[in-house]
Amino acid sequence: MRRLIILLQRELSVFYYSPIAYIVLFLFLILNGLSFWFAIAILNRAPSENTVVQVFFNSVFFWIAYLLLFPVITMRLFAEEFKLGTIETLMTAPVRDWEVVTSKFLAALIFYLSLWLPSLFYFLVFGWLGNRSAIGSAGQVLAPYLLLLVMGMFNVALGCLASAMTSNQIVAAMISLVLTIGYFFVTLINYVVNSSSPLLREITAYVSQLDHMDSFSRGVVDSRVLVFYPSMTLLLLVVTYQVFQYRRWKA
Amino acid sequence: MIKVEQLTKRYPGVTAIKSLSFDVEKGEIVGFLGPNGAGKSTTMRILSSFMPATSGRAYIAGHDVFKDSLNARRHLGYLPENVPLYGDMRVNEYLRYRGSLKGLAGTNLRRRVGAVKELCSVKEVENKLISTLSKGFRQRVGLAEALIHEPDLLILDEPTIGLDPNQIRQVRELIKSLGKRHTILLSTHILSEVEITCSRVIIINRGKIEASDAPENLVGRIRTSGTVRMEARTGDDNPSELIEKVAGVKSVSSTLDEGWHRFSIRVEANSDLREEIFRLAVARHWTVRELTQDKATLEDVFVEITHADN
Repeated sequence: MRRLIILLQRELSVFYYSPIAYIVLFLFLILNGLSFWFAIAILNRAPSENTVVQVFFNSVFFWIAYLLLFPVITMRLFAEEFKLGTIETLMTAPVRDWEVVTSKFLAALIFYLSLWLPSLFYFLVFGWLGNRSAIGSAGQVLAPYLLLLVMGMFNVALGCLASAMTSNQIVAAMISLVLTIGYFFVTLINYVVNSSSPLLREITAYVSQLDHMDSFSRGVVDSRVLVFYPSMTLLLLVVTYQVFQYRRWKA
Repeated sequence: MIKVEQLTKRYPGVTAIKSLSFDVEKGEIVGFLGPNGAGKSTTMRILSSFMPATSGRAYIAGHDVFKDSLNARRHLGYLPENVPLYGDMRVNEYLRYRGSLKGLAGTNLRRRVGAVKELCSVKEVENKLISTLSKGFRQRVGLAEALIHEPDLLILDEPTIGLDPNQIRQVRELIKSLGKRHTILLSTHILSEVEITCSRVIIINRGKIEASDAPENLVGRIRTSGTVRMEARTGDDNPSELIEKVAGVKSVSSTLDEGWHRFSIRVEANSDLREEIFRLAVARHWTVRELTQDKATLEDVFVEITHADN
């Protein structure tokens, strides 16, 4: 546990000491701001049954920001250690492989979560200055953040796997982007195949990030989702661990 | 301290090391020599538990490096080839991080960080980013890191590569002084360094141990014949023939330079014919201004052992 905390501190310091982190944070805030402005603009145009939370979390800006975030956050994690050779000093210190994988995953997850904090203030300020009912209840605001947590775990783990596969950060980012977007577009299978098979629709609805966000932003917390993403995360981390160990051993 | 039994490592298509066995006792400084690609780094990486062997066992301080790897690593300070470091950290920060990762904390950590900075003379750059350091300082930071938890055993993979002669001398002195308290296994291509610092030499070639002994014993065992050099002014027409008649001389070659002959006299292995040659010179009334015997060096041993099939 002590070693895990030391490793985590180190990984977090890489995130928060580097200027790149603040550039990411800055760009992310712009996208979030656009997304929020867009949500309010829509609500201003005509009467709507949607809350500002719903519009915000289902906008194109939101999804672009969400999907592009993971390659940027995770590409460095393992690829850089392999590239610099620091993997050799790291793994010959008395640390276990799973501690290294976990610390990198947790650091990326914490950084990812910290990026979403400002947007929470948008809603608080909006509710304070504007119309309480346009936001909905506290539960309705917090539900999408719960989804962002579990869904983010899954996507960060996907990025960890991509980064563990290569020594080149750009390649890691590309793999991560393809996996992230590939998974996101699973929903579209329905449209492409144009099938009326209820089974296919049920399966895609079960894994679709769009559908999940749609229900959570309405305040509907689906417990299946809360089981699905964490268990997929665990699976991905186990695969990452295996890939990491494999690459180290054949080095 | 190190016990290696029948260690073999195969990469796809290549066998890097073939059933290597050797021991290193506590307090020894062992030089690990061999041509590039002989398997030195592979052996060191297995010993440091960075990767497992295909077969065979290795122990560090009694701990199996694969099965009980965490305990083996606690006894080990390892400096990999090319000294990988985090460029985004400052020297102090890096040493504190590595020290705490290796189990140090509180005043003990502070004391050790101070001590290794002093020992490896990196105090003057303690607040600099590692990415801005010169090669020599990076090397010393790496060494300081390896020493931070006072390991019983140090494994150093080419600790002096890429350093200038002054830095090499400093690092060599440092290693020698460390030898008093630590067991050291180091690989290098600078053979004079090994002759000065190491109490024993292991030469490997193509994944097999070719020799393992004290450097002076290895040099003594060498089979190449020695050479005696003499510079003399002679009155004789053909001094080379006279020298060839001395028992034990194999061949003589000479050059003439402003009346002085420079003789290069090949003699039989492990024999010293300087006295006989001197007596001949006295008898013939030659004026001798130089008479020396070339000594075999570790380099000769290294070349002889590893050259045959390379």
